[in-house]
Amino acid sequence: MAAITARFSGRRSGGAGQQRTQRSAYLYLVPAFAVMGLITIYPLLYQVWMSFTNTELQHLNQRLGLVPDFVGLDNYERILSSALAIPNFDFLRLIIYNLWWALSNVAIHLVIGVGIAVLLNSKGLWFRRFYRALYILPVVIPPIIVATVWANMFDKNAGAVNLLLATGGKWLGLPPETFQIDWLRQIAPPLPWLLPNVEGGPDLALPLAFYAMLVTNTWLGWPLNSVVATGALQSIPHELYEAAEIDGASNWQKFRNVTLAYLRPAMVPYAIYGFVITFNLFHLAFFMSGGGPNGRTEMLVTQAYTLVNNLHFYGIGAAFSVIMFFILLAITLVTNRMAKATQTYSL
Amino acid sequence: MTAVAEERSFIAKRLSGLSLRSSRRGPGLLRQAALQALCVFVLFTVLFPIVWVFSVSLNPLNLSRPQGLDIIPPGATFDAYFKVLESPTANPISFVELTANSLKVALSTSIVSVLIGVFAAYAFSRLRFRGREVLMLMILAVLMLPAVATLAPLFVLLNSIRVELPLLGEFNLRQSLLGLGLAIVSGLLPFAIWNLKGYLDTIPRDLEEAAWVDGAGLHQTFLRIILPLSVPALAVTGFLGFIAGWTEFYFTSTFLSGSVPNHTLALALYSMTGQFAQTPWAQFSAFAILFALPPAIVYFLAQRWITSGLAIGAVKG
Repeated sequence: MAAITARFSGRRSGGAGQQRTQRSAYLYLVPAFAVMGLITIYPLLYQVWMSFTNTELQHLNQRLGLVPDFVGLDNYERILSSALAIPNFDFLRLIIYNLWWALSNVAIHLVIGVGIAVLLNSKGLWFRRFYRALYILPVVIPPIIVATVWANMFDKNAGAVNLLLATGGKWLGLPPETFQIDWLRQIAPPLPWLLPNVEGGPDLALPLAFYAMLVTNTWLGWPLNSVVATGALQSIPHELYEAAEIDGASNWQKFRNVTLAYLRPAMVPYAIYGFVITFNLFHLAFFMSGGGPNGRTEMLVTQAYTLVNNLHFYGIGAAFSVIMFFILLAITLVTNRMAKATQTYSL
Repeated sequence: MTAVAEERSFIAKRLSGLSLRSSRRGPGLLRQAALQALCVFVLFTVLFPIVWVFSVSLNPLNLSRPQGLDIIPPGATFDAYFKVLESPTANPISFVELTANSLKVALSTSIVSVLIGVFAAYAFSRLRFRGREVLMLMILAVLMLPAVATLAPLFVLLNSIRVELPLLGEFNLRQSLLGLGLAIVSGLLPFAIWNLKGYLDTIPRDLEEAAWVDGAGLHQTFLRIILPLSVPALAVTGFLGFIAGWTEFYFTSTFLSGSVPNHTLALALYSMTGQFAQTPWAQFSAFAILFALPPAIVYFLAQRWITSGLAIGAVKG
C-alpha cells in the first residue's frame, strides 16, 4: 500500500500529487457514501434518537399529528429489567439462550464437519467425488426454504421425523403412538440437566424445539465446515505423517499432533465466523418454533422483529437494536482477541 | 521432493512394511466397507429432507397432509405444481407476478450494490486518504449489525415519505417495491464494499505498476485493469446479494403485508406455513421447490467460486 501510494504521488511531484490522489479517492467514495449516508447511516442515527422516545403505531399516522414523547432512558431500563408488557420476555434468558444456541451449534458443526472431511480424505475411498458433490446440497438451498420445510418435517402427526422414528421403532416392537412427539411445541424439557437453572436466575430449560432446530441447523451447517476442513487437510505435507510413523506415533497421536495442529489455523476463524452467523440466525427460530414454547427459543433477532412487526413498539424496538449493537460489539471484540491468540500459535 | 524427504519416505515405507498398514495401496475390503457404510449414512441424512419434499409435492391436492413416507406417494400427480403456477395463495396474485416482484427486487438491489460498491472498494483497497480508517470502521460496524436491527428506523422513515399523485392516489414509499429495495440496499451495499475490497486486496499490484509506468492514470488503471480482473468477484458478490434479495423476509413482511400486488415469493411462502395453515403440504412443497430451484442450481454449479468468496464475508441476513 505504502509503496504504491508513494510511487503514485512521486510521479506528481510531492504534495500536489498527494492531494490529487486524495481528491480521486473521495471521488470514488462519493456514490457509495451518498447512498449509505441516506439509507444506512442516517437511519441508524435516527434509530438512536428514536430509542429515547415512545414512538408507537399512532405516531406514524400523519393525519393524527401526534408527536412521540421523549422518555430518556426509559426504554433501555424496561428492556434490561425485563419490564416490557410482552408475555415471556426475559432479557437475561434471551442472551444466555442466544449465546448457548450459537455455541452448541458451532461446536457440533465443527466436530461433524472435521470428522466427515477426514472420512472423505481417507486413502483409497471409493466414490469420493460423488460424495463430495452431493454433501454440499444443504448449502445451496435458501435458509427460508430449509426452515419452513423442516418445520413440516418436525410436525407431530404427518412429519417425516416422527414417521421415520416410527418405522425404526416397529423393528424394535414399539407401537407407532410412541412417536407422536410434538417436537416444536412440547413444553417439558427432555434433558433438564443441560443448561441448569441457577437460584434466582432466569428459567433456562431447553425445550424439544431447541433440539429440533439444532438438528436442522446441523444438517445445514456442517457441509461448509467440511469444505474448509478439506482445504486445510489437503495442505498437510504427507512427509509429516511419515515422520510421525518413524517416531512411532499411534493413529490417535498422528491425528492430534499433525491433523488437528494443521486444521486449527483454518478452522478457528471459520468457527468464529460461524458463531456470529448462528448467533444472528433468524429463519430457524422464526419459522420453526416461532420463539416458543413460552418464548424459550426466542433469540435477539426474532425478538427485535416481533417488537417492530407485530407489536409496533418502534421506540422500544430501536432501543433493543442499540443494545444488540453493543452485545455484538462485545462479541466481535472478544472473538477478535481469540483469533489473534490463535494466530500466534505456532505449528 | 528433496533428497532428505525422499530418503525419509523410503525409510518410512520400509518400516511400515513391518507393522503399520497406512502406507499400503488402499484400505482393506473390510475397512472400505465400513467407510462406505458411513458415507452412505451421511448421504442418507443429507438427501432425506430433499427427497421428502419432492415426494410430498407429488401428493394429490385433496390430501391436506401426506399419509406416509413413500417416495412416490399413492395417486402421485403434478397437480400441486399446476395449482401453484395458477394461484399459489388465497391472495389474488399469480405465481408469475410474485416471481416478477422478487426478481425486480433481487436484481436491482444486487446490481446497484455491486456497481456502487466496487468504486468504494477500489478506493479502500488501493488509495490512501484522510479518514480511511474511520470510514472502514464505520462499514464494519454497520456489517456487524444484523439487517433486522434496522427495521424500526427504516420503517418509520420510509413510511413518512408520502406523495399525492394525480390519478394514482397516495404513494407511500414504505409500501412500494422501491422502498423495499432501498431498505435492502441499506444492508447490501456495505457488504458489497467489504467483500469486493477483500477481493481487490488479493489482486497483485504488478499489473497496475506496469500500467503506471506506461503512463496510465488512476481512472484508466481502474477501468482497464482492475474492473476486468474483478469480474468473477462482482459476479459472486452480485449473486450472493441476489439470493439475499430473492428470499428477503423481514423488510418485505413488515413493509408490504398490506399491499398484495407487491407481494413476493417469500411472503407467499410464509402465508402457506404455520401450525394452522390450510394449504395442503403438496402445494407448499411444490411452491418451495419452484422457489428454491433457480438459485440452488446456480449455486450448485458455481459453488467453487462462491465458497471461496464466502471465506471473505457473508450477506447480512
